[in-house]
Amino acid sequence: MFEYAPAPESRSIVDIKPSYGLFVDGQWIDGQVRDKTVNPANEEVLAEVAWATESEVDAAVRAARAAYENVWSTMPGRERAKYLFRIARIIQERARELAVLESLDNGKPIRESRDVDVPLVAAHFFYYAGWADKLGYAGFGASPRPIGVAGQVIPWNFPLLMLAWKIAPALAAGNTVVLKPAETTPLTALVFAEICQEAELPPGVVNIVTGAGETGHALVSHPGVDKVAFTGSTEVGRAIARAVAGSRKKLTLELGGKAANIVFEDAPIDQAVEGIVNGIFFNQGHVCCAGSRLLVQESVYDEVLASLKRRMALLRVGDPLDKNTDIGAINSAAQLERIRTLSEIGSEEGASRWSPPCELPERGFWFAPTIFTGVTQAHRIAREEIFGPVLSVLTFRTPAEAVEKANNTPYGLSAGVWTDKGSRILWMADRLRAGVVWANTFNKFDPASPFGGYKESGYGREGGRHGLEAYLDV
Amino acid sequence: MLSTRSIKTTAKAWAIDLAIRMVDLTTLEGADTPGKVRALSAKARRPDPADPSCPAVAALCVYPSMVPVASEALRGSGVHLASVATAFPSGQAPIEVKLADTKAAVAAGADEIDMVINRGAFLSGRYQEVYDEIVAVKDACGGAHLKVILETGELATYDNVRRASWLAMLAGGDFIKTSTGKVPVAATLPVTLVMLEAVRDFRGASGRQVGVKPAGGIRTTKDAIKYLVVVNETAGADWLDPDWFRFGASTLLNDLLMQRTKLKTGHYSGPDYFTVD
Amino acid sequence: MSRLAVRKTYKLFIGGKFPRSESGRSYLVQDANVALASRKDVRDAVVAARAAVKGWSGATAYNRGQILYRAAEMLEGRRDQFVALGEPEAEVDAAIDRWVWYAGWSDKIAQVYGNANPVAGPYFNLSSPEPTGVVGVVAPPESALLGLVSVVAPAIVTGNTVIVLAAEERPLAAVTLAEVLATSDLPGGVVNLLTGKVAETAPWLAAHMDVNALDLAGVRDAALATSLEEAAAENLKRVLRPPAAPVDWSADPGIGRMTAFLETKTVWHPKGT
Repeated sequence: MFEYAPAPESRSIVDIKPSYGLFVDGQWIDGQVRDKTVNPANEEVLAEVAWATESEVDAAVRAARAAYENVWSTMPGRERAKYLFRIARIIQERARELAVLESLDNGKPIRESRDVDVPLVAAHFFYYAGWADKLGYAGFGASPRPIGVAGQVIPWNFPLLMLAWKIAPALAAGNTVVLKPAETTPLTALVFAEICQEAELPPGVVNIVTGAGETGHALVSHPGVDKVAFTGSTEVGRAIARAVAGSRKKLTLELGGKAANIVFEDAPIDQAVEGIVNGIFFNQGHVCCAGSRLLVQESVYDEVLASLKRRMALLRVGDPLDKNTDIGAINSAAQLERIRTLSEIGSEEGASRWSPPCELPERGFWFAPTIFTGVTQAHRIAREEIFGPVLSVLTFRTPAEAVEKANNTPYGLSAGVWTDKGSRILWMADRLRAGVVWANTFNKFDPASPFGGYKESGYGREGGRHGLEAYLDV
Repeated sequence: MLSTRSIKTTAKAWAIDLAIRMVDLTTLEGADTPGKVRALSAKARRPDPADPSCPAVAALCVYPSMVPVASEALRGSGVHLASVATAFPSGQAPIEVKLADTKAAVAAGADEIDMVINRGAFLSGRYQEVYDEIVAVKDACGGAHLKVILETGELATYDNVRRASWLAMLAGGDFIKTSTGKVPVAATLPVTLVMLEAVRDFRGASGRQVGVKPAGGIRTTKDAIKYLVVVNETAGADWLDPDWFRFGASTLLNDLLMQRTKLKTGHYSGPDYFTVD
Repeated sequence: MSRLAVRKTYKLFIGGKFPRSESGRSYLVQDANVALASRKDVRDAVVAARAAVKGWSGATAYNRGQILYRAAEMLEGRRDQFVALGEPEAEVDAAIDRWVWYAGWSDKIAQVYGNANPVAGPYFNLSSPEPTGVVGVVAPPESALLGLVSVVAPAIVTGNTVIVLAAEERPLAAVTLAEVLATSDLPGGVVNLLTGKVAETAPWLAAHMDVNALDLAGVRDAALATSLEEAAAENLKRVLRPPAAPVDWSADPGIGRMTAFLETKTVWHPKGT
């Protein structure tokens, strides 16, 4: 009886062009190779997009070099700052348009793109705008120098946010950039190019080249690139590290994760369950720092599981543009296939699979929120990054065992700790080999706070004062 | 008009000390605890711990359940102990309950009772009922002084305030008080003026002097001095005494202490130098 | 017939409002009647500044930065007005850029001036800067806008609230700045501005027990500066003394004017299972 009415956000605010070219040296160029980007919620084609070739990447890098030498690196920091403040303001002014476009292209719920992604994008530009004219105070020497041209490759899970994490600190420090968005989510990056024009950013300071793996490879291995920044899978990260070996390129990598979300018996259970749900189902689990391994102290296992299942039954999967939606579409057919394959392996290896009753739309790419219980450290679903709405549940008995299990992975991006005891939070934080530790919260991001991983989750930090280091010659 | 009188230096110092001596330091919260009441009792005895020359306040005003604690804490101080009774603040209880409430407070050590009149009856014109109730409560008070709260914010007109004042005085009230502090409109200067005229005229007619207590909304020294000027010029100097005029307040006291310090030191003081109880 | 201009009244700025002086006085300066503040205006300004401390210092650094950047936008919009008041164009531009510079510090000062401390024991130990509270500021007389911005912005960006005594002989730019702030999103009471005779009002500010710090940037009378510092000693106000030599207000100001009005809070917490 008590049914919620659909509350779809209007898509009329976005004006998607039938075809997009490459943004090089402040101009749009057509591009020789073309492909289509689709709405993962209904497989509708959104636009035709260029895939940049080696020569087009070369043109972009040369434009960035010229802008670096002639304009951007010599401009006083206070002037660079004002450009970045302008960009931040335009993002705030066009926030709804960017949010709707992000949800259309990526499949994430409008509530997330509107309330999380886009506000964080603007905040990130604001934050680094403020650094542009005070680099001498950042702790890297009295007058630190930029590096040069940055080649940046970003993933599809937070398309515009990852762009902001890359471009804002690079520009603040005085570098110019060539950025490649993911092939399945190029649209907000292309609108960002328009925003650069609107802000009257000098041509060549920001260049956007769309494309897939080959374009990315051409970019990171281009000899005119001084700095490579990549966010994506550990596998590709390894390939990039190999590709830059022997060069003078500075490299930062933000890669995969298999975060442990550790719930102690004294944790406020309802609050912890909210954190577990947010940790793994936020953004369909397409989050490198997702809390994909739940470690529950055995004494509260039944209670936590019952509570978690009750909560999961309330999750609403469906139209990303509906403001009621909690879980949107899986970004691509390929990703959906990977999630399905690993889930089947989980069942085959003997873990118990459970999803709440959940109707999925017929068209588009969908996967119901899923948990596996009875998972052990030896299961593949406890070790490999699934990058989807799939949670593996394990148990532990003592804090030391929790630490041991949490750290027993090649990854080290993030971790969660749920307990009422402050001293235990800090004891755990000391021992967890992860770049971010959330205590009694999860998936919190702020431009002032550094983010990045240990071990095979990558190296370098993005965000905060530390995020400047990647873009300064230090 | 009457309140615009300049008061300087020695007269101002005297007025501030008088105002302090007139304060019924009040805590009437659902969240009151023995600890809170003991703290406020200490404040009542020695409002400014840094200055022994600072006088004590007139009374501490608490709920009946807190009277035993306050009575113990105030013993030997000379500070009166007032308690609100008669189903404060609404007064919406059977008369038996109101009388029992009053007797319990007195038995526990209250020497002043702040009762509420039955505004419902008053506004319906059932004046006799209001009158009888005050008489009955006065009787239940025994030796304790009775302050009659008119809740002027609910009486709506000055005519009603004057009528209720006379009713309360004729029924035997020792004080008439403006407000409970629990409705949006508390004490105002014009309402207090009407009540001061009433006690002045009542003494002229009957020979009996009745006190006045504005309560709620008086927060600054400047306000308090305005009230004292109105007292002086309306009822007369006889009322410039804690036996005949009170301020029902809590935050006013610290502002009085702050101004007192300003007069002594010559520079402006700050809230950090006065206790929060 | 030519149109008769509407003249502006230059008033005080207290608690987000523009009152005349409580004393009803004004003085003729820069061809205008400007409010001549009294000790009671100082008192009212301190009350307003104190009342604003909780909200302003409790706002997130990000929020404070946004609000101050918004004020810079408003300032840019009034650029010509400041020039018309006789402020050199280069100084007006520098003042706007200075405001932007300080706006960006809101969420960075703690990252530069705070510390994780490696104590010799199983303890978490973190030192963070916090605003000191209400700051009294005497604005520099020689640079009515750039100098003023250079003393006000660093005090408020960290979460303090201020009472500013404007340059006595050049108060119009200060009142105009107050109008800029009043139309930005800055909460009332964060900046309070008094015009008038510094020698008359400053001693009341210096002796006020509810003021936490003093910036004497604009005091040029050495004897007055000393007596203000002495009065400030009564409640141990943090005092920034007047500059020893003439200040080049266009130079990089460093972070000293921010750190002068910050307290450092260190939090300890044990670590253990």
